[in-house]
Amino acid sequence: MLQGIYDFIKGIFEPFGEYLIASNVPVASSFADDIDALIALITVFVGFWAILAYAAFFFLIFRFRDRGDGSRAQYVTGEEKNLKRWITYPHAAIIVCDLVIVFMAIMVWYNIKQRLPEADSTVRIISQQWAWNFVHPGPDNELDTDDDITTFNELHVEVGKTYHYELLSKDVLHDFSVPVFRLKQDAIPGRVMKGWFEPTQAGEWDIQCAEMCGIGHGIMGARIVVETPEEHAAWMSQGNTGKLASR
Amino acid sequence: MAEAGTAVETHGAHGAHDHGHHEQSFLSKYIFSTDHKIIGLQYMFTGIVMALIGGYMSYAFRMQLAFPGESVPGYGVVSQGEYNSLVTNHGTIMIFWVAMPVLIAAFGNFLIPLMIGADDMVFPRINRLSYQIFLISAIILIASFFVPGGGFGGAWTAYPPLSANAEYNLTPLGSTLWLVAVALEFVAFLLGGINFITTLMNSRAPGMKMHDIPMVLWMIVIASVLFMASVGPLIAGAVMLFMDQVVGTGYFDPNRGGDPILWQHLFWFFGHPEVYVVLLPAMGIVADIITTFSRKKLFNYKLILYTAFATGIISFFVWAHHQFVAGIDPRMANVFTITTLIISIPIAEMLFLYIATLYGGRIRLATPMLWALSFIAEFLIGGITGIFLGASGSDIYFHDTYFVLAHFHYTFFPIAIIGFFAGITYWFPKMFGRMLNERLGKIHFWGTIISFNFIFIPLFVLGTAGQHRRIYNFQNFPDLAGLQDLRVLATTALLVMLAFQAVFLFNFVVSMFKGKPAGKNPWQSNTLEWTADSPPPHGNWPEGLPNCYRGPYEYSVPGREEDYWPQDVPPDTAPAE
Repeated sequence: MLQGIYDFIKGIFEPFGEYLIASNVPVASSFADDIDALIALITVFVGFWAILAYAAFFFLIFRFRDRGDGSRAQYVTGEEKNLKRWITYPHAAIIVCDLVIVFMAIMVWYNIKQRLPEADSTVRIISQQWAWNFVHPGPDNELDTDDDITTFNELHVEVGKTYHYELLSKDVLHDFSVPVFRLKQDAIPGRVMKGWFEPTQAGEWDIQCAEMCGIGHGIMGARIVVETPEEHAAWMSQGNTGKLASR
Repeated sequence: MAEAGTAVETHGAHGAHDHGHHEQSFLSKYIFSTDHKIIGLQYMFTGIVMALIGGYMSYAFRMQLAFPGESVPGYGVVSQGEYNSLVTNHGTIMIFWVAMPVLIAAFGNFLIPLMIGADDMVFPRINRLSYQIFLISAIILIASFFVPGGGFGGAWTAYPPLSANAEYNLTPLGSTLWLVAVALEFVAFLLGGINFITTLMNSRAPGMKMHDIPMVLWMIVIASVLFMASVGPLIAGAVMLFMDQVVGTGYFDPNRGGDPILWQHLFWFFGHPEVYVVLLPAMGIVADIITTFSRKKLFNYKLILYTAFATGIISFFVWAHHQFVAGIDPRMANVFTITTLIISIPIAEMLFLYIATLYGGRIRLATPMLWALSFIAEFLIGGITGIFLGASGSDIYFHDTYFVLAHFHYTFFPIAIIGFFAGITYWFPKMFGRMLNERLGKIHFWGTIISFNFIFIPLFVLGTAGQHRRIYNFQNFPDLAGLQDLRVLATTALLVMLAFQAVFLFNFVVSMFKGKPAGKNPWQSNTLEWTADSPPPHGNWPEGLPNCYRGPYEYSVPGREEDYWPQDVPPDTAPAE
């Protein structure tokens, strides 16, 4: 039932989402449109309150400006019932807005971070000062076997497949961020962070490190290459040689 | 404690300060003074100098972002390491060495005794010590730029293992000096906070009840309580980090049984209340200004006070919204999303109450009022954009992007800069006995406000485009390289804004010596500081301390000839028929 309510609300705000994040950043993962719809919902809600507050704010400044005619301000304590409701009604309405935002945010969060759907494949991402190492499972689709394909600053995945990632760090905190996936996760030395994504669009985009990691933080970028099944098979057939990226 | 005892007893008869009425040397009057007004000004001038340094840093790194790799006039080529040091220390300075000293220490020290009708702080020598420690901390921070390896560049949040280990951050001395400076700054503010709270609670003028205290003092004292309650864990964390750096312990080192996330919890347990530590004094300054310049009582004083209490308490339960994607248990994100959205309620309500205060007023758009109103208008943007970040789902995308950066500049700029300008333009006559030039004040206001929005609205757009923070050259990222026009626009606006500050400095210095004499109460305000001479002499009211008969915002009371009714005017003699 919760999912039904979620889908209903998401459906309302999804079209609007195309004009926000998606106007600059492609929607390339299965959960990217969930985040975009949530952002659209929050934009509409806070936009409504902002317009209301600004309208009241500028109206009051204009209406009650000192005209220099010697007239006096009203003596109002703000504790009168008929005036106080101008505060209490918006107060109640904000609580309702907050409840909707909390519900939608938690549903989005649960889907992306709290659950781990069945994976078609698993990649290992090893971050270090200041580069990304990507371990692909290779043709046998198993990590830690001889046909693993290790690349440097270039991650190859196949469109439409669900991936698990194992995110590691060799030294300090890093953050694996793929804006087109709307995905972000800190890498912590000594831990293996697990998560998932499902690419939905072929293309090549930026991976950024999103956690300050030292002097070279500003160059710690990589590329994610989302390929069609044929392209991906062709790439995989090249084996583990010559896979060091150009950058 | 001897000093404290005397000062408390001397309310009304100022024995402790009798020694202060004879001529003093320059050193004892301005440098080693225990006078709260001088200490307040010391904090303010130090804060202004630090703001200029912080502004210069922003100039250097914004130029690098707009024109990557080119030599910045007045700085030179910004290397990667220098870029990191500049952004790290820009943040550290603007929060700890500008917002806090100016908003809490400068205005707190100057205003608390004057607004409650006391001759000085309860602990004048602790007060002096507080400033001296603060000054040393500032000097240490500046010095950290000139040691081998350069200044610390691990972001103002100083997450270990990067901050803990010189092999990673490559600034062995800079990072330790940075940490020591921050810790000393905390010591200074702990001392100051004790003083503020004790003074407000013990030295109020006879007749001044809890609800007669001007809102700005309440806000400063609530902020001091929040600071004192939240800083303990961070000081513990700072000691551990210091040990990790210097002795080689492994509190935050996962290879030796430590946990880097621990630091994040300690840091943000302090770090989020810290936002309200600086916000509340600015809100208080704005409250006092909008009442004076709309000739209105504050709209529901008690409710505003309660929203401030509520905000302060809730601010202790929201810290992990900074860590949603940091590797904490994902279930925790749900709890902290709820608490974070809850804190939006009292803050929104407080802003509504401020806006409602304008209702029925006679609004005079003098410079302090323009600043106060612009605080509300700009902070509103900072507030609503926070919802995107407090909601865990959308924070996955926005975390550590320029959206965050623009969001907190829309909160901290109104707080630290607009709040300061509002306060200084309002209390300048009291501080120096002369008026600021109104025309220059308005030129400075419009130049600053308009250019401020042109800096940070482009940065919001860059944030939604997925641009991350603390990256010294976006040409390294193919998807972002094309957005250079927006970066140049933001940098250009910054240059304009910095240029307009010259107008302020000119106005400030010239008016200090040549401005129109202000008289005691140029704004026709109610609170007690306006009954003292401008500037108030040592001991504030040599002829005898005032009494208090009513609340601070009795403007436009029906049946009275004047539209203001100062707190010290006795009721029986008050009607001036």
